Parts: sequence; structure tokens; C-alpha cells
Amino acid sequence: MPSSLTIAEKILSEKSGTDAKAGDIVIADVDLVIAQDGTGPLVISQWEKLDTGIVANPGKTIFFIDHAAPSPRRELSNAHRTIRAFGEKTGVLVSDVSSGISHQRLAEDYTEPGNVVVGADSHTCTSGAMGAFATGMGSTDIAVAMSAGKIWLRVPETFLIMVDGWFPKGVYAKDLMLHIIGMLGADGATYKALEFSGDTVKDMDMSSRLTMSSLAVEAGAKAGLFASDKTTKEFMKVRGREARWKEISADDGAQYEKVLRIDASALEPVVSVPHTVDNVKTVSEVKGTKIDQAFLGTCTNGRIEDLRIAARIVKGKKVDPKVRFLVAPASREIYLQALREGLLKTLVEAGATIMNPGCGACVGVHEGILGDGEVCISSQNRNFKGRLGNPDAFIYLASPATVAASALKGCIADPREAR
Amino acid sequence: MILKGKVHKFGDDISTDLITPGRYFHLRTNLPELAKHTLEDADADFMNKMRPGDFVVAGRNFGLGSSREHAAIVIKLAGTGAVLAQGFARIFFRNAINQGLPALICDTSKIKDGDELEVDVEKGEIKNVTTGETLTTSPLPPAMLGILKDGGLIEHFKKHGGFKLA
Ligand code: SF4
Repeated sequence: MPSSLTIAEKILSEKSGTDAKAGDIVIADVDLVIAQDGTGPLVISQWEKLDTGIVANPGKTIFFIDHAAPSPRRELSNAHRTIRAFGEKTGVLVSDVSSGISHQRLAEDYTEPGNVVVGADSHTCTSGAMGAFATGMGSTDIAVAMSAGKIWLRVPETFLIMVDGWFPKGVYAKDLMLHIIGMLGADGATYKALEFSGDTVKDMDMSSRLTMSSLAVEAGAKAGLFASDKTTKEFMKVRGREARWKEISADDGAQYEKVLRIDASALEPVVSVPHTVDNVKTVSEVKGTKIDQAFLGTCTNGRIEDLRIAARIVKGKKVDPKVRFLVAPASREIYLQALREGLLKTLVEAGATIMNPGCGACVGVHEGILGDGEVCISSQNRNFKGRLGNPDAFIYLASPATVAASALKGCIADPREAR
Repeated sequence: MILKGKVHKFGDDISTDLITPGRYFHLRTNLPELAKHTLEDADADFMNKMRPGDFVVAGRNFGLGSSREHAAIVIKLAGTGAVLAQGFARIFFRNAINQGLPALICDTSKIKDGDELEVDVEKGEIKNVTTGETLTTSPLPPAMLGILKDGGLIEHFKKHGGFKLA
């Protein structure tokens, strides 16, 4: 009889046909293989070098044009052409301009509990929210996975993150996860899987789970895993995918390398200050810091729930005239939903600029590059030097509520003091 | 595999954004051009000082951030013999080996900018010719050493017709 397993061990055992324990090297079947417009052209050229001519599963291989979409320059337009042509030639799916960010699109329509998902994008770990083993890799690994339908993996040891208690007012999953990254450090979970559990986590909606999983890599982790439960089932049901749901959870007695216990009721809104994600301070410590730009969006916090929070805060008010408030819904569906709910109107009336669905300013190629010495508060996941296109600028990471409250004030503000 | 060269020393948390900044996103399909900007935001002078065979030596968590394999590729194209660090972010670590770029984990705290090193990748031995000290590295997992010896993952896969790990 196999012993008690973590979520990572369970999924990788099934997909490798072995009794996979932490530390083992396995060759696992992959269910979904993805790339994006920054990494995709290299996936294609590496695949050509491999010279197999085979794409194992074109219907489960997706190239997302989301990073520089629509293209701000000729070279990238041509990269997009390369991707579209590859799609036509091989039958792999191409998710084109404005469909949305890969990780959001995967959650909406593709990822299933128990899947192995590999992607040429570091935030592929986002799909872990749905009980899938999902991890980011480089283009060569993805080229090989795309051709062979398999990938080699070291089965990670797991840190169990137990969260109990209710979030106080103004505190969200983003604050919790930044707090966890601050505790672990930017390399504190390198090569490990994080598994989230506890009452707070069991009650958490899918949007919050996706936020947390997306940030797992910012502690160095290979995966950020949630059990697949009734919330997952409901999320899939709304999208007509209920038949593909299955339960996934860790066994009682599974072996964890470390257990972290967190009382959510003791948390405060937090901010990651320049230039690392683990440089976490409470909002009280940094409030009053002048900002030039506020950015709401990305795979971490560009969902409908995030737009609702921001719209509620800015409704009937005006963004500080010195601040550019940029909003990029994470997918076309979210964009449409926000239209239906009148959220975009509320945001625009307050002074926001609505951008097309996609990564927006996040990676620093277009739509919101900072000027020298400028400061941005952002709902994204990385504040590395140069991330918003300028190494002489400063990025603070926060929840959508803190971003919206700050946009109104023109400086970093405490969302508990907003409405 | 014995490598000799000079050290270019960097600190902790050298992200892929510092190695290949997002503002050069459009150059990702033009690797020789992209390589002219290698590590530009960590040390603007790096490409001028760099000589083929030299080493990039860093502190903790080298290569954190994005999955862009371009970061490993440009470091290799710049002529780097090996990257030595206290630790690597996992995606960068895989990418480096997949590109045939040795990435070795060791205590780099006593290695100084400009030191001459001799590195035996397979044995995991580092001789600091400047100070006379020797250091040992944590050995690469056998699966990864195999890929590195084959010259990278594409070559490995073609040679064995699949993964041949261990
Ligand atoms: S939104 Fe940002 S972090 Fe997410 S996939 Fe796009 S560039 Fe990457």
C-alpha cells in the first residue's frame, strides 16, 4: 500500500506511474503545455532543433499572445506572426491578442484538478490553485515537453502553510501571501512545493487562491498547491466544466518538510517595497509615499473580484490628478463581466485608464513604462528593478484595495481608511 | 571539463530582469543583439570587461524571476565559462544546464572580483589561483550532470532518443 502522500506526490505518482516520494526524479506525463509571446518563439526554434516534427498533443498545447499584446513594435509583431504560423502548421492552439493572460485563461477553460501543467512562464504555478501540479520552466524544457508529452521532474518536498482565522477589514489574500513571502524570503522555498490549508484557505474563493498560487514562485517555490474541493467544483461548474472536476487532497499523515501556521486575523495590509518581493512592510510603515502611477491588473490581481474591490473604493471619487491609474482586466471574459456590472464606468469616471486584457504594464514592454525616479504602486507580483521598463524607477506591490486607495490619495494609502 | 578565467562578482538576488531587462523584450528573437546587454542593469560595464572563459560569481538566489531562458543563453553567449553562486532560482538552474552552461552551487563569499579561478566541473573543485584557496561545490544531481555533459537538453534528447536520467 502506498504511504500517505502530499498533493505533489499524489499527482506526480499518478502521472509518472511510480510511487513518487519527495526527492525522487520522475518522468511525468504532461496534460497541458503552454508558452507566451516572450518565450514562445524560442520554444518553436528549440522544437525545430529537436527535429522530431512531433507535437504530442496539439489540442493541449497553447501559445498565449499576452505579454506584448497588441504589439508595440515591429520585432514583436513578427514574433507574433511566427507563433500564429506555428499554430497553423502544427495545430497547437494560439490564444491571440486580448483573449487574456495565460494563467487566467488556463483557470477559466483548461486546467483540471490532478493535471500536470508545464509552461514557459514562471507564473504557471498559478494553476496550482485548482489542484493541479503546475510549474514554470524555460523554453527548451517546454519544447521537449511539447514534443514528447512528458517532462522530467524532481518531486519536491512540501511546506504546509496552515492559515486560520478571518481576515480583518482591508486585508486580502494578496496581503497574506506577501506576508508569507516575507517570512520565507525570496529563496526560502526554492525547489519546494507550498501546500495551503487551514480554515481560512478552505473558505477562500478561487480568485484568492489563484492570487496566492501565482505568488508561490516569488518565494522560490516550484508549485503553490491547493486541494481541489467544492469551491473548485463550483468554479468549474459555472464554466460548464463540472464533469472534469475531481477531488484532490493530501493524505492524513503526509510528510511535510516544514509547517507554517498563520493567524489571518492578526494580519494587516502590507506592501512589498523596492526592489524585492520579500521586502515586506505594513502599509502603516510606508503610507504617505508619493506615487506617480497605480496599476491594477495581472495574473495575480486582475480578476473580476479585484476590479469590484477597486470600483467600490473609487466610486463617486476622483483619482489624484497627478496619478495615472491603469487598469488591465486579466481576460476578455473579465473585461466583459466588468462592463456588464458597470465597474469599468465607475473606474473611468474616477479617472482610470482601462487597458486591453493581457499583461499590460507588468513586464515593462508597453502600456505604462515608468519615467526616471517615478514610483508605482501595483497589484502585480514583482517589483524587481527594471520590471516596469525602467531600472531607475520604484515599484511597490500591494492588494487591489491598497492600489485603489493610493490612486485616490496620490500616495500610498491604508485601504482601511478608504470606504 | 576544466575551466579557467577571471571572476566578475555580483551580489544576491540577481533577477532575470537585471540579466535581460524587459525593455529588450523585442530583441529576444535576435540573441546576438540581446547578448550585448547581458547583465546590463546589474553592472553596465560587464560586457566591456568580460573575456571569454570568465566566470559570473554571485551570492544567493541567482536568476530569480522570469522563466526567460534568454537569461541563461546571453550569459553563455557572452562567453561565460560557468556561473557560481550560493544558490540558484530553480528555473534559471534548469535553463542553464539545458543550455550547457555549468551552474555550480558553492560558498562564493570569499571569492573576489578579479580573482583567477580554475574550475573542474565534474569533480566540483574550484581553485582560487589568486588566493591559493580551494573550494568544493555541491555536486550536480546526476540527471543534470548527464544533460550538461551532453551539451544541453536538446543534444541529450537527440542522442538518447528521450530522457536518460541517472
Ligand atoms: S501578468 Fe505579469 S506576471 Fe503575469 S504572466 Fe503577464 S507578465 Fe507575467
